[in-house]
Amino acid sequence: MIKHQVNNPEERMILVCCGTGCLANGSGAVYEELCRALEGNDRYQVKTFAKATGCNGLCEKGPLVKIMPDDITYCHVQAEDVSEIVEETLIKGELIKRLMYRDPATKQYYRSHHDTDFYKKQHKVALRNIGEIDPAQVQDYLERGGYQALEKAIKTMTPEEVIEEVLNAGLRGRGGGGFPTGLKWKACAATDKQPRYVICNGDEGDPGAFMDRSILEGDPHTVLEGLIICAYAIGASMGYIYVRDEYDLAVKNLTTAIKDARKCGYLGRNILGSSLSFDIEIVRGGGAFVCGEETALINSIQGNVGEPWDKYIFPTEKGLWEQPTVINNVETWANVPVIINAGSDKFASIGTEGSKGTKVFSLVGKVVNTGLVEVPMGTTLREIIFEIGGGIQKGRQFKAVQTGGPSGGCIPEKLLDLPVDFDTLSQAGSMMGSGGLIVMDDRTCMVEVARYYVNFLAGESCGKCVPCREGISLLLDILTRICEGKGKLEDLDLLESMSKTIQQAALCALGRTAPNPVLSTLQYFRDEYLEHINNHRCPAGVCKELTEFYIDPELCNGCGRCRRKCPADAVTGEKKKAHEIDLSKCITCGECINNCKFQAVKVK
Amino acid sequence: MAVNSQQAADRQAIEKIVNSYPPERRFTLAIMQDLQKHFNYLPKEALQMTAVHVKAPLSAVFSMATFYKAFSLVPKGRVILKVCDGTACHIKGSNVMIDEIYKTLGIKPGETTPDGEFSLETVNCLGACALAPVLVANEKVYAKITPAVLRDVIKKYQGVEQ
Repeated sequence: MIKHQVNNPEERMILVCCGTGCLANGSGAVYEELCRALEGNDRYQVKTFAKATGCNGLCEKGPLVKIMPDDITYCHVQAEDVSEIVEETLIKGELIKRLMYRDPATKQYYRSHHDTDFYKKQHKVALRNIGEIDPAQVQDYLERGGYQALEKAIKTMTPEEVIEEVLNAGLRGRGGGGFPTGLKWKACAATDKQPRYVICNGDEGDPGAFMDRSILEGDPHTVLEGLIICAYAIGASMGYIYVRDEYDLAVKNLTTAIKDARKCGYLGRNILGSSLSFDIEIVRGGGAFVCGEETALINSIQGNVGEPWDKYIFPTEKGLWEQPTVINNVETWANVPVIINAGSDKFASIGTEGSKGTKVFSLVGKVVNTGLVEVPMGTTLREIIFEIGGGIQKGRQFKAVQTGGPSGGCIPEKLLDLPVDFDTLSQAGSMMGSGGLIVMDDRTCMVEVARYYVNFLAGESCGKCVPCREGISLLLDILTRICEGKGKLEDLDLLESMSKTIQQAALCALGRTAPNPVLSTLQYFRDEYLEHINNHRCPAGVCKELTEFYIDPELCNGCGRCRRKCPADAVTGEKKKAHEIDLSKCITCGECINNCKFQAVKVK
Repeated sequence: MAVNSQQAADRQAIEKIVNSYPPERRFTLAIMQDLQKHFNYLPKEALQMTAVHVKAPLSAVFSMATFYKAFSLVPKGRVILKVCDGTACHIKGSNVMIDEIYKTLGIKPGETTPDGEFSLETVNCLGACALAPVLVANEKVYAKITPAVLRDVIKKYQGVEQ
């Protein structure tokens, strides 16, 4: 136990992270147990209560419990730990070492998460309230300055001034396109048609990305406030939040937030005594990736299949029900109140020349600290992956980082010092996308990764235009062939030429960006394609038809870990003697190579 | 008789869901989602009644039912296994899990065992990437699964009576 001085606060708050990752890890039970333990317990010196918050970002260490204002963070907390936390920390004022954050590299213990590399290097703007407030309580949001931006806009600024402020801030669409938000608003306000609409695009479909979900779950009011400010600026009467139906908690918290906002007079008729009348409705998405494309999303809200249309005319002129519509992504909306509150200059002081502010990334894959991070634009990939993310799991070798979801590309090690913003990523053959960063190591096959994304997109293509519908399927056929060891050298040229055709000819962004995973892996990892085709070998040991594992007798010390982990009983060997793999039994699941601590399992 | 009363109850349930929304085209998706949640699939009669309610051709409703991933036109199994195949789970071996389920139960993603016990689905991302690879069996989350864990989970659900 480490003794420490407990400040003597007026009241003490215990924040239990109830983001998706922590909930799946059992934080719901922790919260309930805590509430039970605190109820009627009068042994505390000060008033003590528990709060369920949104995602804190460090999902790898969840469930997370924070004690404020003492600023103590506990990791991997389970319901069984609650009584110990109550007795030791809350009553005796002692820290529980085994629950403290321990740096994976330095093995140092940290009292507060704020001191860890994971948090220290972050800059929270869009995520400013998440993990600090109970998203179901409007009071929590108000206490942190919520709805002040709306008041400022309505009471002290003209709609034109609001638009000008957003323009000057240099805010660009966080959903992937990077289109200047202020320009959208301006274009919409310049039309002469009424009614006008605003839409929040929460159809977060990229696999491996959960930024928007965290914002909607953890701080729904900031999104509402952004929408209402825009409604004031462009003169809209109705707003829609399109959110994936799978995001149960987000839908629930948004529903509560909308009700509370109406009660407080932030939604409804004559908002804050002005002439603005505006309301918001939730539309639950049907689970189609293409609906993240704005025109497809509009079709979906109207009660049709989510097919996109060609944007000869932008939705700002002719959008929902053919009326002028501004549509922005969740994270974009979350930035709006900050811009109005702090001013565009302050906002624009963060970031790079062409990309202002911060960006939220979901940092996942083979990285030590899986989670949600927010950094200023211009932070390098190396800083994000190795300093904040803590490097690669199990000490393996970094191979690539995939950005931008299925429409993005894979970036190799030589480009790790690239400052991340909208423009640099596009130049590197990838894209910002909505903010997924998937870290890959030497056990990831780049051909198979390309095949994975193309397979995803082939399934999600709406089928309206031929280049996308047929082209992506053909790419998939070729990539599958290569992964199965049936590829030919001329397939690579075919992949390239077809990719270029799809890029130019497809109707919407889904199709036009679909070849990115193929082209970027061909550009940076061509040797892996050649290994598959020429030598019928998958160097990462992923493509089953091309993989044979073996154990290097020189390196194997016979610890037996692989033998115990093998689900097919294919590994044999005596204790402390080199083991062997029986290839006739091996199902190439990779459990042996993943679990060997001595790098003795190899790919032939 | 039991069949008829079941049909009547189903019909009533459909009517209740459909009528809880205004008769406008834009509520089609919401109605269908509620129906899917209630029945675990979209019965033919439900689609017909939805079409009449929102004044849309049945073909349009049918096309939505097949377009959106959330919907199924056939009943799902008693135990729904959802293997997350988001990128993080994928590079940590979710395809190995899908193969393993095929070996054990003989079903591929989107299929149901002939006895109606198990359905296998893949989902694009559950947003719990720190737990990859993730399996969800009837809403219960299993983190960092391996083929061995997977077999145990399946065995557990095979043993459980309804």
